[in-house]
Amino acid sequence: MSDSLQRTTPEHTDWARENRLFEIRREAEEKGRVQAIGIRPPGAPFPVASPETGYYGIPLLKQPPWKWEIPSYFFVGGAAGAAAMIGAAAHWTGRDGELARDCRYVAAAGAIVSSALLISDLGRPARFLAMLRVFKRQSPMSVGAWTLVAFGSFSGAAALAEVFTQRFKSSSVRIAGNVAEALTALAGLPLSNYTGVLIGASVIPVWNENVQSLPVHFGMSGLNSAVGILELMGHENRALNTLGMGAAAIESLEGLSIESRRKPEMDPLKHGSSGLITRLGGLLSGPVPLALRVAAAFAGRDRARKLRKVAAGCSVAGSMLTRIAWLRAGHASASNWRLPLQVEGPKART
Amino acid sequence: MSATVTGFLTDSTLCIGCKACEVACKEWNEVAEDGLDWSGYSYDNTGALGASTWRHVKFVEGQPLPGLGGNASEHFSWEFSSDVCKHCEVAGCLEACPTGAIVRTEFGGVFVQPDVCNGCGYCVVSCPFGVVQRNQKDGRAFKCTFCYDRQKVGLKPACAQACPTESIKFGPLELLRVDAKERMKQLKARGMDDAQIYDPQDTSVDGLHAFFILRGDPRQYNLPPQPEVPTIYQKAGWTGSAVAAGILAIGSILAFLGSAKR
Repeated sequence: MSDSLQRTTPEHTDWARENRLFEIRREAEEKGRVQAIGIRPPGAPFPVASPETGYYGIPLLKQPPWKWEIPSYFFVGGAAGAAAMIGAAAHWTGRDGELARDCRYVAAAGAIVSSALLISDLGRPARFLAMLRVFKRQSPMSVGAWTLVAFGSFSGAAALAEVFTQRFKSSSVRIAGNVAEALTALAGLPLSNYTGVLIGASVIPVWNENVQSLPVHFGMSGLNSAVGILELMGHENRALNTLGMGAAAIESLEGLSIESRRKPEMDPLKHGSSGLITRLGGLLSGPVPLALRVAAAFAGRDRARKLRKVAAGCSVAGSMLTRIAWLRAGHASASNWRLPLQVEGPKART
Repeated sequence: MSATVTGFLTDSTLCIGCKACEVACKEWNEVAEDGLDWSGYSYDNTGALGASTWRHVKFVEGQPLPGLGGNASEHFSWEFSSDVCKHCEVAGCLEACPTGAIVRTEFGGVFVQPDVCNGCGYCVVSCPFGVVQRNQKDGRAFKCTFCYDRQKVGLKPACAQACPTESIKFGPLELLRVDAKERMKQLKARGMDDAQIYDPQDTSVDGLHAFFILRGDPRQYNLPPQPEVPTIYQKAGWTGSAVAAGILAIGSILAFLGSAKR
């Protein structure tokens, strides 16, 4: 009250407001009415629900509920599945017995780590058993859980058989081991890439937009990391190098495809922290190891070995980063309220 | 399994925004409280459905035009609508659930059996309406049960029982669909031209067991114009998977055949 009284005393006259009163009076005299915008309350404009702004911009879709365990599982499962196939191929073609042996161990270790990661995500070991109550073909999660169980059993058997064969030279154990190895490879094929279907067949826009390419992307990422792990374990094999080159080439194409598609659904793969990790993971999975392996082909023996080792390390890191990136992109995509409501936003950025 | 298929018809034109349904739902189902934050979004301090919110009253507040008639209806709109799990005819969560925890009850509702759910979280990314959510404390997924326990003994769901204006109607789904059409005729006759039924039957969701009468664009109620069950993406996904498996298998064998024996 004292405030407004003070304002009216001559020495405190607010001339801007005083003039506004004169303006209103003039407008009323001239037009017979006053067109006013009213008072803008502090904090205005207030959040609004409308076809253009959605429901106050509250995201419709829920965030994926997974934490670090799931991208790690994607990485480990992918590498283990691909390693099983590599090992079987090395064995069947009779080209590299030592590599085949180590692949059995990598596959079995991968299966154990995968199960541990999934159990950690679920919270309690008994919860994993609930996955085995039913088999549902229409649920990629169910298909995946059974694939992992099959892979785990076969790879464990194959690895144990390997240990026993070396100790006791029993031909029946060796044959059983070979059968288990073949079955491990068979289960490893879907294990290495089904995670792409798993997230692709969801309501998260950036994932289902890429549902067809994701399994190939993840499968090749798995192959890339499997080759990398085996090379880092000390295997020098031309076939491994060829596979690494092929995987890196396909990953490079996948990177190009992601970068070239301009759709708002693709934004999280190019912008923000998820975009940064996608690009870093993409470079380390595709062009960098590809260039290193090509360079190795023209380098001297020792130098080539070093270059291939670096390529292997890059591939492994790139593969892990790629899975983290896709999960993060899923989070960013779920927060975008515009996509599921089909509200046009600012133009899709390149 | 011969019970009648029941449904919810939530008529937003009758909603007064009292949140009795939210309260009744929480009390009957003993859903944990989840704090109170002032959102600034009209009178809605709940925000969205989730693990601890199975009924949610939306307050759809339009842009007022200050100085042009204050609260006159032509310048300002304020709609209320009680949201709930849609209990889709083809439910994304149910299709995705790997454990069989999510089932279709004899009343046609979609029910998460809490003793079977293992908390894998796949239903969360499979719901086109963002309804089901993982409870961070115990890890399992929760959503509206369609008061399966009450329906079992012939009672209305708690929210419908508590609704003072019959904005939430509960009954046999077929009858509700007829009621909704009748109600639409009434509303149109009164000149409420922007009223509409929200029940996307022409999408892969194939219709809702909990459907709505709304005023204006469904998008301002956070209802998607074209909800799709993610199962439809699987064909493309498994095709990709087969291609990837083929590349891996054939590529590996060829790579070794092409290399020298060690």
